[in-house]
Amino acid sequence: MSGVRVLVGTRKGAFVLNSDGTREQWDVSGPHFPGWEIYHVKGSPADPDRLYASQSSGWFGQLIQRSDDGGATWEPVGNDFSYQGETGTHQWYDGTPHPWEFARVWHLEPSPDDPDTVYAGVEDAGLFRSTDGGKNWQELPGLRGHKTGPSWQPGAGGMCLHTIILDPSAPGRIFTAISAAGAFRSDDAGETWRPVNRGLRSEGIPDPDAEVGHCVHRLAMHPSRPSVLYMQKHWDVMRSDDAGESWREVSGDLPTDFGFPIDVHAHEPDTVYVVPITSDSHHFPPEGKLRVYRSRTGGDEWEPLTTGLPQEHCYVNVLRDAMAVDFLDSCGIYFGTTGGQVYGSADAGDSWAPIVRDLPAVLSVEVQTLS
Amino acid sequence: MTAAAEVIRVALPAHLRTLARVQGEVRVQVSGQVTQCSVLDALEASYPMLRGTIRDQRTGKRRAFVRFFACEQDLSHEQPDAPLPEAVAAGAEPYLIVGAMAGG
Repeated sequence: MSGVRVLVGTRKGAFVLNSDGTREQWDVSGPHFPGWEIYHVKGSPADPDRLYASQSSGWFGQLIQRSDDGGATWEPVGNDFSYQGETGTHQWYDGTPHPWEFARVWHLEPSPDDPDTVYAGVEDAGLFRSTDGGKNWQELPGLRGHKTGPSWQPGAGGMCLHTIILDPSAPGRIFTAISAAGAFRSDDAGETWRPVNRGLRSEGIPDPDAEVGHCVHRLAMHPSRPSVLYMQKHWDVMRSDDAGESWREVSGDLPTDFGFPIDVHAHEPDTVYVVPITSDSHHFPPEGKLRVYRSRTGGDEWEPLTTGLPQEHCYVNVLRDAMAVDFLDSCGIYFGTTGGQVYGSADAGDSWAPIVRDLPAVLSVEVQTLS
Repeated sequence: MTAAAEVIRVALPAHLRTLARVQGEVRVQVSGQVTQCSVLDALEASYPMLRGTIRDQRTGKRRAFVRFFACEQDLSHEQPDAPLPEAVAAGAEPYLIVGAMAGG
């Protein structure tokens, strides 16, 4: 029977949530790596038993853990993320040049074809790749070395490369997003890069439509239609129909266009999900109501999804990597909150129920659909 | 302090004991002069998963929130190649690797 495995990274460890295809009863294992920040856990599409986890702490730095049995056991692998070549500088918060310094791995993106190949997006922004199951990591320095690199500045959460999308239809095409530099695209497997931010407008930077400097929070793509990208920017939900060459705003009737995650229905490329958050200062849901918004029209028209979600006194946030969908016939969608809840919906968001309520603050949620 | 191979006692913080899958103190063998650098080299050779958690893998620089104590002294700011106290080199006292106290 089919099932799902939800991989949850939190401020104080990782958790693995398993269920059969009904997604009604859940087995919860963890905390794995208790006390450590787990920014991201993700499984290999080519081998669902192969998982990678980013484990870090302010005291002891970065580790990468690998599981070959679906999260039952883990082994630390390589953790040397040394930038390649001249390190150079980016802009610091005060506008002065600041050397690139590795802080942590925000996002791990396993290859769709090879369990031993995995990409890592790091802070300070850089892209690394391992082709030996995480033992050794090599930077793809063309991104950090882009001519605009010295002008990049960190967002409030650090200068993180948080989104990596490997285009399934165009080998060699990779999208990344950096806060607060913007979105970038490579068409040669990460060798060279160019910004793809035309159409973005950000009022918090001196030139609102600059080539770089935009605080992109998240990108999403449906694998069947890779030319269409969705973006949750600091403010504005955006859409591109030409693989990032240009963007248009599709915030439409959202109560606020600020938020962090954005994701696409597994079977409906025009069905998109966001979690509107009041900002710039609050960073919790409007009116204390936790609402996922769904568009079935690829943006512009949005409906609130509230059944089973708290509609009063709710002041949690949902972070950029903390939403995912499964690929079962009735698409499941999951998200985690900074209050430690992981909510799941087995009916594409029509109704929700908490899978767990009291985890540490959730940093990331991924899901594997198991056959 | 001595050229003979010495067994050095090392106390790790809880998170690193878990990572290394050890309980209590660990013992590492150091040939040649017993210094912070030679002890950490031996520790990382025996427990490679600790590489990068105590000091930078490339520069050898101590991580900011890690401290080195021994014989009631803070050795964190000593030169990596400075000899450790005789009591540590003789195995009478442990070399303490400490996670600095901080909240969170």
